[in-house]
Amino acid sequence: MPDTLVALYVFVLACFIGYWVVWGVTPSLHTPLVALTNAISGIVIVGALLVSGLESAGTFAELTGFFAVLLASINVFGGFLVTNRMLAMFRKKNK
Amino acid sequence: MQISANTQAIAYLVSAVLFILSLKGLTHPSTARRGNFYGMIGMAVAIVATLLGSEVRSYGFIIAGVVAGGLIGTTLAMRIRMTAMPQLVAALHSFVGLAAVLVAIGTFLNKRDAGLLNAVLMGELSAGAIIGAITCTGSVIAFGKLQGLISGKPVKFAMQHQLNMLIAVVTIALGVHFAMTGSVVSLTLMTILALVLGVTLIIPIGGADMPVIISMLNSYSGWAAAATGFTLHNNLLIIVGALVGFSGAILSYIMCRAMNRSIINVVFGGFGSDSATAPSAGAAAMEKGVKSASVEDTVYWMEDANRVIVVPGYGMAVAQAQHSLKELMELLEARGVEVKFGVHPVAGRMPGHMNVLLAEADIPYDHVLEMDEINPDFASTDVTLVVGANDVVNPAAKEDPSSPIYGMPILEAGRSKQVYFLKRSMNPGYSGVDNLLFYQDNTSLVFGDAKDTIEGMVAALKGGGH
Repeated sequence: MPDTLVALYVFVLACFIGYWVVWGVTPSLHTPLVALTNAISGIVIVGALLVSGLESAGTFAELTGFFAVLLASINVFGGFLVTNRMLAMFRKKNK
Repeated sequence: MQISANTQAIAYLVSAVLFILSLKGLTHPSTARRGNFYGMIGMAVAIVATLLGSEVRSYGFIIAGVVAGGLIGTTLAMRIRMTAMPQLVAALHSFVGLAAVLVAIGTFLNKRDAGLLNAVLMGELSAGAIIGAITCTGSVIAFGKLQGLISGKPVKFAMQHQLNMLIAVVTIALGVHFAMTGSVVSLTLMTILALVLGVTLIIPIGGADMPVIISMLNSYSGWAAAATGFTLHNNLLIIVGALVGFSGAILSYIMCRAMNRSIINVVFGGFGSDSATAPSAGAAAMEKGVKSASVEDTVYWMEDANRVIVVPGYGMAVAQAQHSLKELMELLEARGVEVKFGVHPVAGRMPGHMNVLLAEADIPYDHVLEMDEINPDFASTDVTLVVGANDVVNPAAKEDPSSPIYGMPILEAGRSKQVYFLKRSMNPGYSGVDNLLFYQDNTSLVFGDAKDTIEGMVAALKGGGH
């Protein structure tokens, strides 16, 4: 099976997982859900690392990779930390 | 230390499972923080596995990027006010989009230098760049609307949808040309047109539809990551992209359902643009005019009530009234009054916006109920306090087939014995639709800034001089 077809298999099956998992999320946590998915979509940092870390990369490609790493890092750090900050506020009983 | 491609693949699998568990954690507030923690671990595993792989050899730019991005991200996350959360989310979406575009361009350059280009790869590159570019500029526009930098009103002009269609077709044609020839000119033009398309797709959507826009762009950012995964043959990116893409798509669907509108209608609609349509059935009611009440009146009814329901809306966020509401809640509870909060799915500017603001004010989440949970309670409720909400309690949605919001599920505040609307002025809500509830016999309006009004109630209850 060619690589692209394997990738398609993975993609379609992951869509089903996403569908079922996300329907289980409680509506009161929809804002944290958006922030968390923001953080994990920072996974494009993997692509950015591959671009900028390539030994033979030209200067322009390296710079492109650098900015991609920068932007994705903002997402990763900003997303997870702000989600954590929000979730820390959800309490059941008064103190 | 360097790890083999197989070890890296296993690490990516672990990371993917952790991300799935992370989302699963948000099923309940009690497991949510653990879920977020799984997400952090998953991301750390993915980054370390990538850095240790054989492909990454030079670290200078990477370290600089991560340190700078980490600092900026951390500062944003710590400083942001909860009311500004929609803006932060929009900004972060635009960063993911732009990062996806940059990864596509950088991958193209590296693969070209290595002589590894082929049509399939360049087709996947185009998809990543196009979706990323639309996400980027679309989110910039959403940010501008939320921040008030550009008007929240829908921007409409003749032949708009035809123009968008034309741009989309040309963009895709350029992508196909690029895939077949590897032309840098086509790649550049395609990316620029996709950036333009992001703007033209989002400007016709009005401020009241922000929860849908945010969800849609959330979804796009996921598809952009998935397309990047196809380009790089990286299954982790594909899995995560699909998870995020579906998350945003489901949220968009939930938001649309809560407004009784189709996604097509939101994307092409532009609410409030045809506000000239007067709700005919409401006309008779409106002639009766509205009653206004003082803070003392409201306190008189609330302190002897069995149950008070608060319906918060975007106005509560604007007035920063959530902290005063918490004080009001405590004072009323001390007098044996049951206080609940009823949240409509589209209240605020993003999904779940109100829940976060109430949580910020330390209001326990078991006091905050969803629309379907709380609607049966209104009929046995003495006082409903509507704080900065409007359309989500408008009975026109049930009673007036000519109303633009007809069919939208609402919080049935009008069924309670007494309804108090905290309002700045008589201006209608964002949809531009007049609210029939204002004219109901059991409704009174309390004019003024929501925070000042609630602080007045708190002071009166503390004084206890009734």
